[in-house]
Amino acid sequence: MTTSQAQAPSKHEKAADASAGEKRIIRVKEHTVEVVSDSGEGAQKCGQIFGRVSARMGNGVWTVEIIPAEIQPPPRTPPSASGNRIRIGTKAVTNWGDGAHLVAAFNEQVLLHRHRMNSLEKGCIILIESMWKTHDDEDIRAEWAAAMDELAAGEYRFVEVPMEEQCLTVVDNPRKGKNMFVLGMLANIYSRDLEIIKELIRHEFRKKKAEVAESNIALLELGHRWADEHLDFKVEVPIEAPGVPMVVMNGNQAVAIGAVAAGLELCAMYPITPATSASHYLSEIFESYGGIVHQAEDEIAAAGVAVGASFAGKTAFTITSGPGMALKTEFIGLAVMTETPLVLVDVQRGGPSTGLPTKIEQGDLLSSIFGQPGDAPKVVMAPATMEECFLCMTTARRIAEAFRCVVMVLTDANLATGVQPFPRPNVTREWMAAPLDLSALPEGHKPYDWDPKTGLSRRHIPGQRNGMFTATGLSHDEASKIGYTPDVHERGCEMRARKMAVLQQTLSPPTPYGDEQGDLLVVGWGSTQGAIEEAVDRARDEGLSVSSLHLRFLSPMEPGLKEIFGGYSKVMTVEVNYSDDPNAPYVTEENRRRGQLAWLLRAQTLVDVDCWTRVPGEPLRPGQILQAIRDFMPNGADA
Amino acid sequence: MIQLGCSLLGSSVEDDRYLGMEDYQKAVARWCSGCGDHAVLTAVQRLLEVEQLAPEETVFVSGIGCSSRFPHYVNSYGFHGLHGRALPVALGVKMRRPELHVFAVMGDGDCCSIGAGHWVHTTRYNPNIVAIMLDNGVYGLTKNQTSPTSPKGLRSNTQPRGAYIDAMNPIATTLGVENASFVAQTGDWVPDHIYETIRAAYHHPGFSFVRILQRCPQYTDNLFLEAMRNPDTIELLIHPDGVQVKDLEKLYTNTVYHDPADLVNAFRLAQLDDKIRLGVFYRNDDIPVYEQVRAVPAKTVDEKIAILNEELDTYAV
Repeated sequence: MTTSQAQAPSKHEKAADASAGEKRIIRVKEHTVEVVSDSGEGAQKCGQIFGRVSARMGNGVWTVEIIPAEIQPPPRTPPSASGNRIRIGTKAVTNWGDGAHLVAAFNEQVLLHRHRMNSLEKGCIILIESMWKTHDDEDIRAEWAAAMDELAAGEYRFVEVPMEEQCLTVVDNPRKGKNMFVLGMLANIYSRDLEIIKELIRHEFRKKKAEVAESNIALLELGHRWADEHLDFKVEVPIEAPGVPMVVMNGNQAVAIGAVAAGLELCAMYPITPATSASHYLSEIFESYGGIVHQAEDEIAAAGVAVGASFAGKTAFTITSGPGMALKTEFIGLAVMTETPLVLVDVQRGGPSTGLPTKIEQGDLLSSIFGQPGDAPKVVMAPATMEECFLCMTTARRIAEAFRCVVMVLTDANLATGVQPFPRPNVTREWMAAPLDLSALPEGHKPYDWDPKTGLSRRHIPGQRNGMFTATGLSHDEASKIGYTPDVHERGCEMRARKMAVLQQTLSPPTPYGDEQGDLLVVGWGSTQGAIEEAVDRARDEGLSVSSLHLRFLSPMEPGLKEIFGGYSKVMTVEVNYSDDPNAPYVTEENRRRGQLAWLLRAQTLVDVDCWTRVPGEPLRPGQILQAIRDFMPNGADA
Repeated sequence: MIQLGCSLLGSSVEDDRYLGMEDYQKAVARWCSGCGDHAVLTAVQRLLEVEQLAPEETVFVSGIGCSSRFPHYVNSYGFHGLHGRALPVALGVKMRRPELHVFAVMGDGDCCSIGAGHWVHTTRYNPNIVAIMLDNGVYGLTKNQTSPTSPKGLRSNTQPRGAYIDAMNPIATTLGVENASFVAQTGDWVPDHIYETIRAAYHHPGFSFVRILQRCPQYTDNLFLEAMRNPDTIELLIHPDGVQVKDLEKLYTNTVYHDPADLVNAFRLAQLDDKIRLGVFYRNDDIPVYEQVRAVPAKTVDEKIAILNEELDTYAV
């Protein structure tokens, strides 16, 4: 860890008066903060603004939402914990880190949840609402005492803060103010620019009466003043300005705005967590670009509307999550068969079935590639960062059109709700979809005029003279004439598949992170890139010979993998999906269920790829991956 | 004269083609002889000719089933998709390209069973699409299974002791959906009535639901035998705003003067089971049309880039 642990361990203290001059400065390259409250108390808003201001001031930032499963779970219970983790750094931050170094908790029960999730570093500073300790209700006082007993194991440094008492000096309802008070405290501790925060608060409440923003600002200033007067420390995470204009947004916002930049104009969707926030945002802005969000009657219809729209015009897209993907399967197969361009975004959550609606998992890889009956070749891509969420929408549309195919974009709940700054994209004309070409086709031109080498063909669009044909999900020939004979079906399958081989030839081989030879290669995909690379850095600091490789294309896969794998004694994947522990009862080499990418890589390369996967419902931590690397080193970690 | 309007290109092409029946014909229909689908195909092709719809500006979308082979037999663009799911595809086409003439052709299992959700909701969206439901009361292509409109007692391969529950009433069901704007019924034994009904549906601005009563010569051969033999079992709904076929009124002397604007009476007529009623049950041309409700002004690439940069400004750090 790069963080210094200067603070004294496990000490309950009433915040004492402290003047700025006497404050201890904790100077670190990075720090991880959590803000947790009961659902509905606004810890998320507090955390988001803290992340935003940190990004604007030039710190690296990665945020992760802490989301309860229900909208309004019972207050003062561990499952009610709602909030945000914000990891800030001097340099770019690529993942949510290991444990938190500072937590602001609105009650001891939500804190307990974080403690039980192993989310807090030993010695973590905890700013906790003190009202529960001396509450009139005897049960609450007892709950406090029991929680403190349990929390003692963490050797945390507690600072009791009379949040409610303070907030009541400014507002009548402290439930609607503590978050801004806490934001003020954090602003003081981390020396955040109050003017930027005020601007962000005014923007946040721009649709409400001006008094709302002003009373929030009063609370912010109160918290700031209180921390200044009562806390004896400050945290300094030096800023190295990135030097290029940056934007900061979450992955769902990046997908939505990326769709606009890609020239997409129709999104058909059905509400599903965690994809909906992208549709919410798109619904807000899309019409000003001439675009439409159609909320269909179900997931199936959403795919159907997108297929119909793509058939008749510019490529349309749909956005969903695992259960929705399952329902769209039939239409995906139809789009493959009719060679209708289509972009689908799957914001993966935990599965199978309804699974973990708000939590991250990378469990849809194999079902995305193989989820249809028959052979349904399609493109599957996975962005690894917020920036790639933005950029991949343009890539997806262009591939869908050039190859007349389905392109699936697999993001996940970690990318969807996490916030990270990235260089501001230069939106160009070339990204935008060209107007439809409705000029007449040559007489007799066939709707599947497959080039025998590439399988590519020119799409016919309604409105084009001489282009009339009936697209069909039945086996068909070049003229879209239904045919069940062996030659027709085999040729159709071959031509649709060939396009994938052609696309694969246009991709560049991926570059390993670290040396091109070594003892161990860790292969990942999607949102785990930052955590894997941080773990690799730390392992290399320990002297281990390890590199990593991150894949963006999963179908077809980027070229050269077998050759790259040949440079290492051992290859393993790290994924957020289920695999059997090889030492579990009954599990053998023959029946072991493996990580989804591992399964693919083994089949594709015949290399004995091992895997370390977990399904905790939260992003992987670099510390966990580091331990896995040590455990998987071919000659042991001491090699 | 056909106006080839292409709003996307912002130009309109003058066209002096005159298209005959044969210009709308494609593959020879491979339905069984005696199947009602043939009569519907002929009526539709007659409409295309009379209205001189440009084949390249016309799209037939279908589901799966015997009736869903329809687009293959019409010289136009077609999309022969999934069982039950013609309507979402048709809606996508219409939303994206409102200037196209869009027809959806479905069977009874297609529309009323596996596609029931889409049927209800597309009725509510009210896009300007002509939806034709060819209802022969049975699954034909999969060889004789009970459909939602199979009469109670009808024997099939899945209910060999006869259909257990009463048939669905697709007319009443559609009338019950908010924003239903055109609901009509005709039969395969009265070709002129099919034509006039589909013509009225085509001219209605909104979602036109046309149920065509027909038999399956293989599995429900007797379904409307009595209707064909005994004119007394039929009642025509007639009105200037509905469908009127003068010659037919000589044969079918049971007529009722029904104003299609009268939804309450439409319900009453749809619920009566003493006679088979043919005609327009309901029509309301004033219900907002989905693709118009959702229409947004198109933006040039330059305009889009300018707005996008403003949007990115709000995320600038």
